[in-house]
Amino acid sequence: MSIELKMPALSPTMEEGTLAKWLVKEGDDISPGDIIAEIETDKATMEFESIDEGKVGKIMIEAGTEGVKVGTVIAVLEGDDADASAPPPAAAPEPASEPAPAPKAEKPKGEPKVARDPQVPEGTSMVSLTVREALRDAMAEEMRADDRVFVMGEEVAEYQGAYKVTQGLLDEFGSKRVIDTPITEYGFAGIGTGAAMGGLRPIVEFMTFNFAMQAIDHIINSAAKTNYMSGGQMRCPIVFRGPNGAASRVGAQHSQNYGPWYASVPGLVVIAPYDAADAKGLMKAAIRSEDPVVFLENELVYGRSFDVPDMDDWVLPIGKARIMREGSDVTIVSYSIGVGLALEAAETLAGEGIDAEVIDLRTLRPLDTETVLASLKKTNRVIVAEEGWPTCSIASEIAAVCMEQGFDDLDAPVLRVTDEDVPLPYAANLEKAALIDASRIVAAAKKVCYRG
Amino acid sequence: MATRKSKGGATGAAVTAPTDNPDFALRSLQDKFEKQGSFKANDDELLKFYEQMLLIRRFEERAGQLYGLGLIGGFCHLYIGQEAVAVGLQSALAEGKDSVITGYRDHGHMLAYGIDPKVIMAELTGRQAGISKGKGGSMHMFSTEHAFYGGHGIVGAQVPLGAGLAFAHKYRGDGGVCMAYFGDGAANQGQVYETFNMASLWQLPIIFVIENNQYAMGTSTARSSAETEFHRRGTAFRIPGMDVDGMDVLAVRGAAQVALEHVRGGGGPVLMEMNTYRYRGHSMSDPAKYRTRDEVNEMREKRDPIEHAKAELVARGVDEAKLKEIEKAIRAQVGESADFAESSPEPEMSELYTDVLVETY
Repeated sequence: MSIELKMPALSPTMEEGTLAKWLVKEGDDISPGDIIAEIETDKATMEFESIDEGKVGKIMIEAGTEGVKVGTVIAVLEGDDADASAPPPAAAPEPASEPAPAPKAEKPKGEPKVARDPQVPEGTSMVSLTVREALRDAMAEEMRADDRVFVMGEEVAEYQGAYKVTQGLLDEFGSKRVIDTPITEYGFAGIGTGAAMGGLRPIVEFMTFNFAMQAIDHIINSAAKTNYMSGGQMRCPIVFRGPNGAASRVGAQHSQNYGPWYASVPGLVVIAPYDAADAKGLMKAAIRSEDPVVFLENELVYGRSFDVPDMDDWVLPIGKARIMREGSDVTIVSYSIGVGLALEAAETLAGEGIDAEVIDLRTLRPLDTETVLASLKKTNRVIVAEEGWPTCSIASEIAAVCMEQGFDDLDAPVLRVTDEDVPLPYAANLEKAALIDASRIVAAAKKVCYRG
Repeated sequence: MATRKSKGGATGAAVTAPTDNPDFALRSLQDKFEKQGSFKANDDELLKFYEQMLLIRRFEERAGQLYGLGLIGGFCHLYIGQEAVAVGLQSALAEGKDSVITGYRDHGHMLAYGIDPKVIMAELTGRQAGISKGKGGSMHMFSTEHAFYGGHGIVGAQVPLGAGLAFAHKYRGDGGVCMAYFGDGAANQGQVYETFNMASLWQLPIIFVIENNQYAMGTSTARSSAETEFHRRGTAFRIPGMDVDGMDVLAVRGAAQVALEHVRGGGGPVLMEMNTYRYRGHSMSDPAKYRTRDEVNEMREKRDPIEHAKAELVARGVDEAKLKEIEKAIRAQVGESADFAESSPEPEMSELYTDVLVETY
């Protein structure tokens, strides 16, 4: 049985090449591994190895021929070894379809969103908790309920947390489950991710998300992509958490908001709560999720107190925004620390006769566009308040969504109210000038309402 | 033997820092291995190794051919020449208990772990029947069923991930060990040393395997590494090293047993350097101009792990007809997997959107 030797593709992009030189001639016996020809591509000269055994029959393409298309028969090998004859093709489940133009995949329409915040039963008392305490309580409750959950990070155990978010956890759960790591973000993010692949439920604390840039390869390449790349075999239920965004007077390297970075990555869930009730309810949901979650906190908000329903199991739905304040004239979309500024701005605007609606996105991926668009339909004006840079921001994304899906409802352009587009400066006056504040939100709201 | 006075600060209750162990010696396991020698395989065991190595060789040759025909796309890194490493090491693992993780040159490890060649080849051709439904490709294959955790395309990433798997073994107390493979190129990545530190600090049950095939893509170890004796690379972290002939399947298996005994006994991580050689380029598109044809031929002729095993089988008096039969069966099996991989349908278009997230939000 003869075997056709075809012009091989020698790189991912090669379509044709030059058959530079034959190293065998008709009638030669060759075995697997013998170099039979040299082929030139645009990048290099490559040796073409035989993987079969036999006698070189006819050489079809002469040495020196340029532009030989991949797949062209360049020579025929007379197989004389019974072993080399191909076995009968195995029965395949279905014949391969002809390479017809690929049908356009329909993106599945999301299930109608029924997830709503749980009803707080009549008569439930409220407790005042700081965001810091709410996060700690959420982790402790989930650790009590599931012994696969553990916390690791720098200073999370004996020091009780660099920002005291893990305070008391070591005492209750011991050093097997509350683990101090060396200062080695790339390494421990990888170990946490591997532990999640191995069936545990890690919570990895970054002292700040600024340091997670050292570890971002594992967050994105290892945690976010593996479920897809494995065809759904390998889950990675992990929570990466820590403070994000600008703190105070710590300079450019410690003051970045990574929300837009992570929210751009398919395969991740990204949560950025504002108040204590959301921090607790969403942290519990994040720990229970089968997906990798990036949970962005804010140092300046840790110490603020809010009411939290005093319930046994306060869990909130991921991917659902919250209307913090109803209004009819303009919608202010925000998340994390920006929500506090937006609420402050709404108060000021109310004094000037503008009734603002404030939406806290809470989850940045998947984004609850439905709530934003419903609000746009009502107010016909949207501005986005974001403590972060303007370019390629969550604000940019919301503006795009409003334009693509709510264009007819818009009575004014969507405006982005963000930090200035500069690395955050240290000097107090410059820092103040660079960061978003309530007065800028007020000004933008008035502008889209064509007032002032 | 160097002894060392502890000079760390207070250690927490759970930290069993290796710094207090005065008995650390880089060569402790190597000495034991040299005393114990290679694995004493009986004829059946050696035949099995031969068969597994030959399956990898023939599979990879066919993969190279399918690549040439344009049926396999992108990057494709072949394991030809290194077969004894995966076969020798994985034969020593306890199935259902231990875990394995490696980099992008992963086909051989999967075959050595008993994963069906058909679903591997179908993944290479990007078909629905592939082990990752055609969505992973050559570098991204997994089998949770076989505790094979990939298949990772970022050089060195599998090292901390493997330590995470070992962490999970220890956390659960299931007695498992993780075997984490990486190359001499990955051995220069920073995250590898971050991992060595934590693995040793926490005494994780992990065997780090450096497959030293002499070239990080086109750069020889001598041109890229200040310390080319890779088994010494754990010294700073008090991880014992082993220096093994990775072209000899029985040496590999013998060394694996020494390492596993140490790790299972709670001794913490071990670093094994497997000295091996890849015959083909780094990937299919590598013309391999950084080394001479003579160098490759010399390895093939004198050190080939499969020929070596075959010669020993023949010397032991195993019937050559039986070897021929094995060869024929493997050719048929590989042919069948190639046909399966060529004729299986491409993924359904709906697969584009599946498996991004597990849950619906």
